[in-house]
Amino acid sequence: MTLTQAPSIATAVTPPKRRYRARSLRAWAYASPTAALVLVFFVIPVVLVFWMSASDWPLLAGNRGINLPDNYTDVVDQRMFWPAVGFTLKYTVIATVLLIGLGLGLAMLVQESTRWRAFMRTTFLLPTALGLASASLLFYALYSPQVGPLTPLLEKLGLIEGNVSILGTPTGALWSTVFLIVWRFAGFYMLLLLVGLQGIPGEVYEAARLDGANRWQTFKGITLPLLRPSLALSTIMCVTGSLLAFDQFYILTKGGPDGSTMTVVQLVYNLAFESKRNLGMAAALSVIVLLALVVINALQLRVLRGTDEGKGGKA
Amino acid sequence: MSALMRGLSRTPYYVLTGGLAILFLYPMIWTAVSSVSPQPGSAQTDGYGFGNYSTVVNYQAGLWTYLGNSIVISVVAVVVTVLVSTLGGYAFARFTFPGKNLLFLLTLAILMVPYATLLIPLMIWLKTMHLNNTLVGVGLVLAVFQLPFATFMMRISFEAIPREMEEAALVDGCGSFSALRRVLLFAVKPGLITVGLFAFLAAWNDFMVPLFLLGGDKQPLPLAMVNMRQQVMGVIDYGATQAGVVILTVPCVVLFLVLQRHYVNGFMSGALKG
Repeated sequence: MTLTQAPSIATAVTPPKRRYRARSLRAWAYASPTAALVLVFFVIPVVLVFWMSASDWPLLAGNRGINLPDNYTDVVDQRMFWPAVGFTLKYTVIATVLLIGLGLGLAMLVQESTRWRAFMRTTFLLPTALGLASASLLFYALYSPQVGPLTPLLEKLGLIEGNVSILGTPTGALWSTVFLIVWRFAGFYMLLLLVGLQGIPGEVYEAARLDGANRWQTFKGITLPLLRPSLALSTIMCVTGSLLAFDQFYILTKGGPDGSTMTVVQLVYNLAFESKRNLGMAAALSVIVLLALVVINALQLRVLRGTDEGKGGKA
Repeated sequence: MSALMRGLSRTPYYVLTGGLAILFLYPMIWTAVSSVSPQPGSAQTDGYGFGNYSTVVNYQAGLWTYLGNSIVISVVAVVVTVLVSTLGGYAFARFTFPGKNLLFLLTLAILMVPYATLLIPLMIWLKTMHLNNTLVGVGLVLAVFQLPFATFMMRISFEAIPREMEEAALVDGCGSFSALRRVLLFAVKPGLITVGLFAFLAAWNDFMVPLFLLGGDKQPLPLAMVNMRQQVMGVIDYGATQAGVVILTVPCVVLFLVLQRHYVNGFMSGALKG
């Protein structure tokens, strides 16, 4: 150590300590735009949302002082709170099971690289380039009894009676939205899982084949366990995305019929702009959502990652 | 003979995947065709034509206003995301400095916080900064939501460059900034394109941020199209809605098809594992 120090005195004009300081100053200069954006548009708003959630803050009148814990109790006592929580959880389970299952299925269908499969991949991925809002508008027309092709089809199949909107019943509204979400996101999860599948070395499959394992045994014994990190990542992203669902319900069902498809984030919007016009309550609900998300993700990381070493550092 | 047998045994596969392909393409093709087809209750009632598109062009402040808003928001978001994540990624990849890990973790933590949690305080905070109801403000907010992915992506892009390349430039008398500008930027170009593409798609398509933060003539296209649908109570102009969807979708589909390799790279890089 001391030996290597000696020549550096001869070559460097500035002492190492000052040079280190100059280098970290330069590093901070490069990092400062990131730091500024993160501070102004992330740290301060997060602090502010906690403060707002503790204040009486009507949409138009502005801050009228601390009223802790009224916003929180008002939110939980709100008529729509528990139904929204229940619906959001139900939707999350359905969307996650379907998206991960179908994503894995699609990934296995297009795994090898042939021209046809490349075309299939592009096809499945194409909807992911659309905005969720555009996709929701698209399906809004697709589902409409006036112009959409779906209502006549369902009528012929005897699933609905007469020319009614499939978005008109709670079950119909839920599954119509799920179908839209599967169409929009299946390719996304296919790609995530495809990356995982391609990370499994071919020799492992070869060895299993030589041992006489059948397809199902190979899938259960090799594919699933080795795919676990990708499955964990996909599940966490899917659960997080579904818990925060907003656009698709806002555009497709407006939370209806009768508030049956109201998600928690929609309720935030509703409290802020529609029913209560109360930013304090909306902030309190967003804080609850934030904390719930942190807890749910921590639990998921524990269960899904389990024993395998953590890759990269999710905060 | 055996080739024929193999071909036949693959038939169910082609039927299945072909059917799925039709299912995935059908909604978009149906929308594109319907938007120029005759429909009752729209501007295009008989014969094929672009009547629905003229409804959209003439909607309230006019298509060009909303399109312009979308373009400004997208440009701000893309430029800020690319610039900030390039500088930040370089700092994280090549330097050690006090607070480095904290700042990096804080940047990734943006992923963990719901949009809604930030949008409620941002309504107030942007007003304090005189950025309320401005396109630049929304562009900046959207850039911040892109930062976790973009910073991670640029960090691993810079880390993948051999150090010798940078050192050669430094020996040639470049400062670290001109080494970055003249040498390293070319090496991270694929990463830059991926980051820019994702930032554009996110900003162009975003609905929720403008819904909370913008109104009136400042609306970008997705918000204007959703509001257009709700204009006349009870009567919805589906034709115009479809035309709007087509206008919103075409740039995304074209960019996706042209830059598909970079789009897929965004997943392969592991940046999403951040």
